Amino acid sequence: MHTKQRPLSPHLQVYRPQITSAMSICHRISGVALAVGALLLTYWLVAAAAGPEAYAGAQSLLGGFFGKLILFAFTLALFYHLCNGIRHLVWDTGHGFDMPNVYRSGYAVMIAAGVLTVLVWLLALIFGGA
Amino acid sequence: MAQLKLPVNSRMTEGKTWSAKGAKGEVRNFRVYRWNPDDEANPHVDTYEVDMAECGPMVLDALIKIKNEIDPTLTFRRSCREGICGSCAMNIDGTNTLACTKACGDVDGDVKIYPLPHMPVVKDLVPDLTHFYAQYASIKPWIQTETPAPPDRERLQSPEDQAKINQPSACILCACCSTSCPSYWWNGDRYLGPAVLLQAYRWIVDSRDEATGERLDELEDPFKLYRCHTIMNCTNTCPKGLNPAKAIAEIKKLMVARR
Repeated sequence: MHTKQRPLSPHLQVYRPQITSAMSICHRISGVALAVGALLLTYWLVAAAAGPEAYAGAQSLLGGFFGKLILFAFTLALFYHLCNGIRHLVWDTGHGFDMPNVYRSGYAVMIAAGVLTVLVWLLALIFGGA
Repeated sequence: MAQLKLPVNSRMTEGKTWSAKGAKGEVRNFRVYRWNPDDEANPHVDTYEVDMAECGPMVLDALIKIKNEIDPTLTFRRSCREGICGSCAMNIDGTNTLACTKACGDVDGDVKIYPLPHMPVVKDLVPDLTHFYAQYASIKPWIQTETPAPPDRERLQSPEDQAKINQPSACILCACCSTSCPSYWWNGDRYLGPAVLLQAYRWIVDSRDEATGERLDELEDPFKLYRCHTIMNCTNTCPKGLNPAKAIAEIKKLMVARR
């Protein structure tokens, strides 16, 4: 009998990344991102309530290049989480569990999230004048 | 909390290369996880060069050839060599499967072989499945009845009711699915995992079983059942083509329906 601790076999280090696990972890990351984004939104609303100077500060922060980059990522996280959330709701009804459909719905979510994000930003750039 | 990195004693180093001498055909590299409880070394990955002209088509054929002709210390489980016993479940080319039904030809480049992921290693490719079997026993995988059995024949079942347990009964408990599940990696101490939940489902939907309510009561727990986040690695990796993720979703539906 040996008294040595048994090693733990490798897991993340060796398991092949695949659409199933990758989309799952992205769902969680986008959920965290949305929570942080909600704080940002709150900051913007508080600034608007605090007066024109605070609002102008918030506007210049969010309207700058990095601000826009963060807002773009926020939009992408929102649509990804929304679309994949709908995918999860369908699963909760017991449908779409065979692997070909899991792949199909996965690609559909990724395409839909990308298209919706670009669409929102196009509309914002055309009509928002920012 | 998920421990993403391997513990210090589990980190792998590069092992030795066993070269094929006088090969007659194509030589392929088999990169195999090794750990010996009798020395002090960390796990390492050995490279075995195998002459494919003199080797059977499956990964298990290569492992047996390595053990017979190259390195008799290599340790792994195997028995039926036709996908029905589940002994040779391991991580091959990045996903869990049975070495006996995985063709070497389906792998590009080096054939990388590790034990089933996130399990304590007994030796080389042999994981300790004690906890997995204890979890299986915890769902009471046998028929439970109140009513006495008919005196002159078996408890009968309609073809439709039989069809419900057909797929889950085909599970060989190889543990490929459970050890592919990140949720089982991080919470395997309390989360039952896809294989055991598939078996729980098999008894819940069995028309002859009379303990359905108690079985569902047992699973009404934040960890045992609800750590399933529908990641789908389980169904993706099942070497028998079964669908544990769907079975778990059906259990969750039954939980809601009985409220």
